[in-house]
Amino acid sequence: MLTEKLTADKADAARSSRLKTFLDSDLVYDFLHSPVALISALVLVAIAMSAALAPLLSPQNPYDLTQLYLDKAELPPIWTADGEAPYLLGTDVQGRDIFSAILYGSRISLMIGFAGVIMAATIGVLVGLIAGYIGGWIDNFLMRVGDLVLSIPTLLVAILVSAIFRHLLPISLRDAFTPVILIISISVTSWVQYARLVRASAMVEARKEYVLAARVLRVSSARIMLSHILPNVMTPVLVTATLNLGLAILAEATLSFLGVGMPATQPSLGTLIRIGNQYFFSGSWWVVLFPALQLSLIILAVNLLGDWLRDALNPKLH
Amino acid sequence: MNRFLRFSVAAAALAAATVSASAENVMRWGSQRDILSLDPYSYGSSFTISVLNHVYEGLVRYDDKLQIAPALAESWEVVSPTLWRFHLRKGVTFHNGDSFSADDVIASLTRVSDPASPLRGNLPAYKGAKKIDDYTVEITTTPNYPLLLNDLTNIVMLDKKWLVANHAEAPTDAGKGVEGYATTHANGTGPFKVVSRRPDAETVFEANKAWWDKPRHNIDKIVFTPITSSATRVAALLSGEIDFTNEAPLQDIPRLKATPDIKILASNELRTAFFLFNRKDKLVASDVTDKNPLNDVKVRQAMYEALDLDALQKKVMRGLSRATGSMVAPAIPGYTEAMDQRPNYDPEGAKKLLAEAGYPDGFSFSLVCDNDSYVNEEEICQAATAMWARVGLKADLDVGPTSLQTAKFESGKFDVGILGWANEPMIDSYSILVQVAHSKTGTSGVFNWGSWSYPEVDGLIDAAGQELDRTKRLALQSEALLKVKSDFAFMPLHQQPMVWATGPKVESMVQLSDNKPRLWMARMK
Amino acid sequence: MLAIVIRRLGNAALVMLVVAFVAFVIFQFLGDPVQLMLNEQASAAEREALRMRLGLDQPVIMQFFSFVLHALQGDFGVSYRNQQDVIMLIAERFPATFELVMVATVLALGIGIPLGVLAAINPRSLAARATRLISMVGVSVPAFVVGIVLILIFSVELNWLPAFGRGDVVHIGRWSTGLLTPSGRIALIMPAISLALFQISFITRLVTAEMLEVLRTDYIKFARARGLSDRAVNFHHALKNCLMPVVTMTGMMIGDLIAFALVTETVFQWPGMGLLFVQAVTFIDIPVMAAYLMIVSFIFVTLNTIVDLIYVLVDPRLRHGMAGGARAH
Repeated sequence: MLTEKLTADKADAARSSRLKTFLDSDLVYDFLHSPVALISALVLVAIAMSAALAPLLSPQNPYDLTQLYLDKAELPPIWTADGEAPYLLGTDVQGRDIFSAILYGSRISLMIGFAGVIMAATIGVLVGLIAGYIGGWIDNFLMRVGDLVLSIPTLLVAILVSAIFRHLLPISLRDAFTPVILIISISVTSWVQYARLVRASAMVEARKEYVLAARVLRVSSARIMLSHILPNVMTPVLVTATLNLGLAILAEATLSFLGVGMPATQPSLGTLIRIGNQYFFSGSWWVVLFPALQLSLIILAVNLLGDWLRDALNPKLH
Repeated sequence: MNRFLRFSVAAAALAAATVSASAENVMRWGSQRDILSLDPYSYGSSFTISVLNHVYEGLVRYDDKLQIAPALAESWEVVSPTLWRFHLRKGVTFHNGDSFSADDVIASLTRVSDPASPLRGNLPAYKGAKKIDDYTVEITTTPNYPLLLNDLTNIVMLDKKWLVANHAEAPTDAGKGVEGYATTHANGTGPFKVVSRRPDAETVFEANKAWWDKPRHNIDKIVFTPITSSATRVAALLSGEIDFTNEAPLQDIPRLKATPDIKILASNELRTAFFLFNRKDKLVASDVTDKNPLNDVKVRQAMYEALDLDALQKKVMRGLSRATGSMVAPAIPGYTEAMDQRPNYDPEGAKKLLAEAGYPDGFSFSLVCDNDSYVNEEEICQAATAMWARVGLKADLDVGPTSLQTAKFESGKFDVGILGWANEPMIDSYSILVQVAHSKTGTSGVFNWGSWSYPEVDGLIDAAGQELDRTKRLALQSEALLKVKSDFAFMPLHQQPMVWATGPKVESMVQLSDNKPRLWMARMK
Repeated sequence: MLAIVIRRLGNAALVMLVVAFVAFVIFQFLGDPVQLMLNEQASAAEREALRMRLGLDQPVIMQFFSFVLHALQGDFGVSYRNQQDVIMLIAERFPATFELVMVATVLALGIGIPLGVLAAINPRSLAARATRLISMVGVSVPAFVVGIVLILIFSVELNWLPAFGRGDVVHIGRWSTGLLTPSGRIALIMPAISLALFQISFITRLVTAEMLEVLRTDYIKFARARGLSDRAVNFHHALKNCLMPVVTMTGMMIGDLIAFALVTETVFQWPGMGLLFVQAVTFIDIPVMAAYLMIVSFIFVTLNTIVDLIYVLVDPRLRHGMAGGARAH
């Protein structure tokens, strides 16, 4: 019952806040007059669209093993002498079309990144609201847990969580559940930031008169938190989330590069780089170079956008 | 002494050290993996043993034509069908100065046949040993066992006094929860001695000046470095940081060949890579749960016909392997041409066979592969997964390091797996028959991971194990191999290539088909 | 004051206890040491004997207690893979990682601070914009991509720098250093750069942001009004004021770098403890994983605690009550 209400209220709050943010004319003006932000957004939209439409755009489904043919293995990009249509950016040693693999890989990377950030933000916001609004020993306990999580290097936690879960899962489930494991291992370490942020605001808001008034009117705590306090903290949460998206995508790529992430049968960009890394001496530079470029481009665009958003919303800079 | 003077003296000393260092012949050897231990009896890994062969020697050894030659034993005779007598070489000393005698042989044989020794399967016919005098030893075997000398090439001799003094009489057992002295220290009779070892980083050997044999090599020092990443290993060779690698990645051969001063030594080795089946009543990870589809010969045939071995040979193995239908290489006694016949690549036929067997939509199973045992192993397994997918079979690929995967194989936790068999050190098809094809009984069938059982084949193998007439013995072995083949008990893929590469400082290197580096036969410029 | 110090130390101890518990759970339950340590042929009696010897028949709380007791003495058991004392394995590798991280930190500060100041002094200049963009690229391009590109250019194409390893090292007692030999120093260049790139960019951005804030304060405006030179104002007054966050971030950054070094160590086959850990992960070598987790966390927690305490010492406002929100994450 309560959770139902929570989600409904939260969605309400998020919608109204997003609308408000968008209509904030300063922000729109700023965006249209910042070439960096514009270009980054365009790049990101293009990448996201192409990733979403991957099944339509790519000549091959790289996850469908029946479409991989060994006799098409290691073809160079199409503009070189030995290139062959439709393999625009060449193929890898299993006959996987690099262009298709990049589109599908970007999809996985973006999906895990987004899901990781959303999960971390959701956990963090809830924990922060509860800790900040209720206070007392609950606050103390939750913040201690947060301190604890931050006391272990995040990469280490992610590697351990990912490696151990994968080890424990039966083989037939392993590949299917790897994205979920990755999302968990990314969000398990990054919710604290949101929690601290929201907690601080919640503590301030909780003492304000309108909240006291609402309390006097016996409005439920959950309602106060979600419809009064949450909208006020949404903007910094959004900025943090954008800035963290780059980190989340990087984390997934790093885990896959180290071999504890996405498997070779469902490669993400990090996996493609790991595979390509074995072949670049032999002259198959395209297997490693294009995925590396795409990954760097995604993270760069996300970071530039997040940076701009933070500056644009930072009143001190105006 | 004033500071300046002290400094210049130090500089001069340093300069002298550098000069002598450059005058030394240092062979820097980059390998894909590290040796697992300095204890030659702690892991059944041929690679570890082949590296430790530089330090430790057996009673007999292979010469540069792969013929059995005397080493720590000068001569031997067969006294009776169950008794061999060995006359030991006199004047041999261990690296610590202890002299080598019959006591050391007895201690070593006792140690290698200890129940905790993973190498005891390499000496299947061994019953016991007895010291006659300081330089004579008698070994008892099962009757008429023909291959004792071949087995002994791999059984190296340790110093009894040293073992006793360091409480290392038994092989290192991880279960005891203690470090074994011999894991980190070595004391052999061989051409090189261990100077230092940092696991996964560097192991340094230096020439043993007191070696009993006249050295052919001119190497003063070997620096052995594991470089896991193949790309890094190639980079190291190209930039001159290593002089030799025994595992040059196939994909980098053209580039290495195009580089002046880099020499490639490539040929087919004796090792055959093949897939094997779990033949128990049920599979480990399949959507067929009431029975084991792999027990149906039609299914096994279909899986073999679905594999495009020529594409595998051409692309994954870069044309360097020898695609085969045989479980043993042509150079292995027992091989016949009939074994090399293999069904054509026929995905349609495979589908039909699967339908006949009652699996028109295929089924799923686990495919367990290592990533560090055989040449391009992970790529082979990925390619096989794709080929099987085309006939409706879903292989769940489980790739991991050998140490993890071996545990799965040994406990039967796999459905289809990969194995490579070189018939080393025996260099006879009896090796694969008794260790792989035979049912698990006594010392036989140590690698019978899938619990297959062919009583008729067992009978042939047992008969061969007591047959001293070579022709008759090989006929029995060939028959056994063909029987196994006709039932599609295994899926032979290829004899794998071996590719070594040497840098400008290396003058010559002896590469034999057992793919074991023997740097005591190498020369540097 | 003393109360705060004691509380911080108590916190650190508590954190380590929880980390130890996580390591213990990994060690004792996920690994099933009996299964892993005995071979197939082992009999039920042998299994039971090993179970007893490892103390697995004791209540869990006693097992944990003995695990912590052993860990405090540096006893993390024997590596499953190469059967060596885990703490010795890690101790052997520590100098390599430590050297790499230290050089990377020096690079990050030495390049990051001047660049950051430069970008802040004249934020609209071309140089400042370029610095900002480049530093953005620096935090965006993954370290392993940087490593691969560096190897491709400087090892494969130009053949200037070694692609792997530490070069020659000199042993001083138990410590090994590559800084004293030419090949050791050369080998350090690419790994250090690829590890430091993120931090260089990070410090640049941090210094720029802090400087921009400080430069807007009345204190600086007043200094300028007093007719002090731009140089004196920028470097003496302004920079000094934003060094505190840089110092704290550097303290915490070192902990992160030690963990992050494992990626760089993998790319360059740098024989540090990160590479040991990555190999342990692929081999599920539980004792090494557990020990690495505890040791890196210990370094991390120690550094954080020191940074916190320095903060408390420097900033009197934090001495009362507000300590909880002091750490900049």
